[in-house]
Amino acid sequence: MSDAKPAPSPAPSPSRLAEQAKAKVPTQVTGAQSLVLSLEAMEVDTVFGIPGGAILPAYDPLLDSVKVRHILVRHEQGAGHAAEGYASATGKVGVCMATSGPGATNLVTAIADAYMDSVPIVAITGQVASAAIGTDAFQEADIRGITMPITKHNYLVTDADQIPRVIAEAFHIASTGRPGPVLVDISKDALQAKTTFSWPPKFDLPGYRPVARPHNKQIREAARLIAQAKKPVFYVGGGVIRGNASDALREFVELTQIPVVTTLMARGAVPDSHPLHLGMPGMHGSVAAVTALQKSDLLITLGARFDDRVTGQLATFAPEAKVIHADIDPAEISKNRNADVPIVGDVLEVISELIKAVTADREAGAVGDYDAWREQTAGWKATFPLGYTSPEGEEDSVSPQYVIERIGAISGPESVYVAGVGQHQMWAAQFVQYERPNAWLNSGGLGTMGYAVPAAMGAKVAQPDRVVWAIDGDGCFQMTNQELATCVINNIPIKVAIINNSSLGMVRQWQSLFYDKRYSNTDLHTSVGSRIPDFVKLADAYGCVGLRCERPEDVDATIKKAMEINDVPVIVDFVVHRDAMVWPMVPAGVSNDAIQVAKDTAPQWDREEDEATEQPEDADKDGK
Amino acid sequence: MAMSKHTLSVLVENKPGVLARIAALFSRRGFNIDSLAVGPTEHPEISRMTVVVDVDALPLEQVTKQLNKLIEVLKVVELEPTASVQREILLVKVRTDVHSRSHVLETVQLFRAKVVDVASDTLTIEVTGNRDKLAAFLEVIEPFGVKELVQSGMVAIGRGTRSITDRALRTA
Repeated sequence: MSDAKPAPSPAPSPSRLAEQAKAKVPTQVTGAQSLVLSLEAMEVDTVFGIPGGAILPAYDPLLDSVKVRHILVRHEQGAGHAAEGYASATGKVGVCMATSGPGATNLVTAIADAYMDSVPIVAITGQVASAAIGTDAFQEADIRGITMPITKHNYLVTDADQIPRVIAEAFHIASTGRPGPVLVDISKDALQAKTTFSWPPKFDLPGYRPVARPHNKQIREAARLIAQAKKPVFYVGGGVIRGNASDALREFVELTQIPVVTTLMARGAVPDSHPLHLGMPGMHGSVAAVTALQKSDLLITLGARFDDRVTGQLATFAPEAKVIHADIDPAEISKNRNADVPIVGDVLEVISELIKAVTADREAGAVGDYDAWREQTAGWKATFPLGYTSPEGEEDSVSPQYVIERIGAISGPESVYVAGVGQHQMWAAQFVQYERPNAWLNSGGLGTMGYAVPAAMGAKVAQPDRVVWAIDGDGCFQMTNQELATCVINNIPIKVAIINNSSLGMVRQWQSLFYDKRYSNTDLHTSVGSRIPDFVKLADAYGCVGLRCERPEDVDATIKKAMEINDVPVIVDFVVHRDAMVWPMVPAGVSNDAIQVAKDTAPQWDREEDEATEQPEDADKDGK
Repeated sequence: MAMSKHTLSVLVENKPGVLARIAALFSRRGFNIDSLAVGPTEHPEISRMTVVVDVDALPLEQVTKQLNKLIEVLKVVELEPTASVQREILLVKVRTDVHSRSHVLETVQLFRAKVVDVASDTLTIEVTGNRDKLAAFLEVIEPFGVKELVQSGMVAIGRGTRSITDRALRTA
C-alpha cells in the first residue's frame, strides 16, 4: 500500500470508487467505504441487517451504493437466517450485518445454524472502538470469542488497512472447502479511519488448503467394494447439494442401479420420483430407507455425516455394512462410524472419479449384481409407503400432512420450500416431492425454530421468480414473524403456510408417546379454545394477505388463492388437528431396527425377511 | 507415562487469539489437556504449541483433524516419546535450615538441578527434565518442605536432523 497515489477527488462516490478499484488504483477512503467497496468487489448484491452505534459508519456509504441492496430486517436473527436462505437457495455467499453487543449476539443463533448445516454466510459486525475493547463499554460483547466454536473462522479488525484482505479471506473461507459461516468484527475506529482501497487484496492462508481431489487409491478401492457388494446403498447427505453434485450423482446412480436414500439435508439431491430413490433415512425416515441402510452390506456415503438422527443407536446402525465415506471435511470421516474406505475430496470430483473407476471395472467384467437387492428394496418401498390417517374423531378436520402434500402438488417442483423445525418440518420433508437440489431449505443440524420466515425471505430475494413457501408451525412462526414487516416493505412476497395445531407439536408428540400424555407447556392457544394471536389479523396488521382454512374440502382452493397473490406476502392459517403424529418413527437412542410405522406398530415383514427387523419388546424404553 | 497421553506439536500462525481458539476447541470437543506450552519458533510468523492430551487413539485422530480444521493451524505432528526429547522446567522454593541445607544441596547435585535463589530459610531450585525426573526430584525434596512450586508445560522436539517447521513452511 506504500505506493498509494492520492485520489483525484476527496469525496468519491462508491460507484466511481468501484471503477477505480477495477483499474486497481489505490484510493483514499474511510474504513467504512473500504468495507462497502470490498463487498461490491465481492459482487455482493444483498445485505440483510440492522444499523446501530458501532456499525453506523458502515451504513453511511451503504446508502450510496448502487450495487449493494441493504434490506433492513426487524431482528438480527432474521438477518442471519435470511442470509442463510439466500445462500441455501443459490449456493452464493449470504451476507448479514449488525452492530456490536446485542446486535451481534442476536446473530449467534443463525451463525450456529449455518455452522451446523454448512451454509456459506459472512456476518459483519461493528465493534466498539479499539481503545474501549475490554472495558465493558456500552454495547460491547466479545463476539469473536462468542462465535469461535460456531464459525468456520472469525476476525476482529482494528486496522482499516486490513479490511479488504479480511473481507476477501472471509468470502474465500466461507465458500470453499466445507462451506460455513465466517464472522468479521470491525471496530468503530477502524471504520472511521482513513485508509486506501485497492482490489484485489493479496492474501495467503497457509493453514487452509481444502483437499478437492480424491486419492486415486481410495477411489479404486471404493470401486472394488462397489463391484463386490450385494446390498449397496447410496447414503446421500447435504454435501451433495452444497457441492453441486446432483447431476453427477444421478448419472452414477443410473450407471450402477444402486438404491439411494437422501437425508433431511439432501432432499432433492436425487429426484424423489426416481425409481431407485427409497426416501429419507433416520428417526422419521421411510421404512424402505431405514431398512435398506440397516440391511445393507455397503454404504456409499457421499457428503453425509452419520448424524445421530440418521443412525439412531450407533452401535446397531447398519451392522453388516462396510462403509465408503467421502467428505470434503476430513474430520467427518470416521468421527461417528469407522470408514473402511475414507475418501477426502470435493464430492463432485469424488463422484466423477468413482464413475470412471466403476466404468473401467465394469468394462473389465467386474459388474456388481444387485438385482435381488434392488427388488427387495423396491418391495419395501411399495409395501410401506409414507402415509397418514386421521386420528379417531378427527375425520372431518384438516390433516397437517394433507395440507403439506397439497401445497407441494399445487406449487410444484420449481418452488422453494422452507420449513421451521418440528412436526411440520418432518411432514414437509416427507410429503412434498422434491425434484431438484436447493428446493428444500431447513434447519437440520441445529434445529432452529424460527428459521422458516426469514430464510424464506432470503430465498425469495435471491430468486424472486420462484414461488417461495415457508411451511411453518404455529410455534416457530411466532419466533420470527416480525420479518413479515421486512417482506412487505421490501416487496418480498413470500407465502407462509402455518400448520396450526395450537401446540408445540413435536414436543407434544413426545409427551404423547413417552410422557404419558402429560402436556407440560406445549399448548400455544393459537387455535384450540382461543386464537392468540389471530394469524389472519396479524397478517392484516402487517399488510399481508391473511387466509384461513379449517375444512379439508377448502385446502386446495385456499392454496390456489394463495398462489394467485404475488404482490404481497400471503399468510395462510391452516387449522389442523393437534394429535397427528410424525410416522414412521425410531424412538431416540434405540436401534433403527425398532422402526415403528404407527404407535406400537412395527412393519409386518414377510417370513423370508430375517429376524433382524423384528420389533423388540418395549422399543421406546418407556415401560409400556 | 500412561498410554493414553500423547504429545502433539502444533505449528500455528502467530496471530492474536490463536491460543484461545485452540483452548476453546479442546474444551468444546471434550478433549483433556494435560499440559500446554506456547512459544516462538525460528520463524517469527510461526508459533509452536506443545500439547499433551489425555485421550485414546481414536479421539486423538479427531483432535488432530479438528485442530487441522482451524484456519490458523499450519501443522499438527504427534511426537513419539522414543523419537523425541521432552522437557519441562520446575521451579521450587524449599524450606531449609542449617541442618537440612546440605542435604538439599546434595539432592540438587544428584539431579543436576540448580540453585537460582538463596534466602535465609529457603532455597529456590530449578530443575529441567522429563516428567519422570521431575517427579523423582519432587519426591526426594518434598520431605524438606515445599513452600512454593511452579512447573511449565512440556516442550518437545523430534530427534534427528528433520525439522517440522521447515516442512510446514515448504507445504505452506
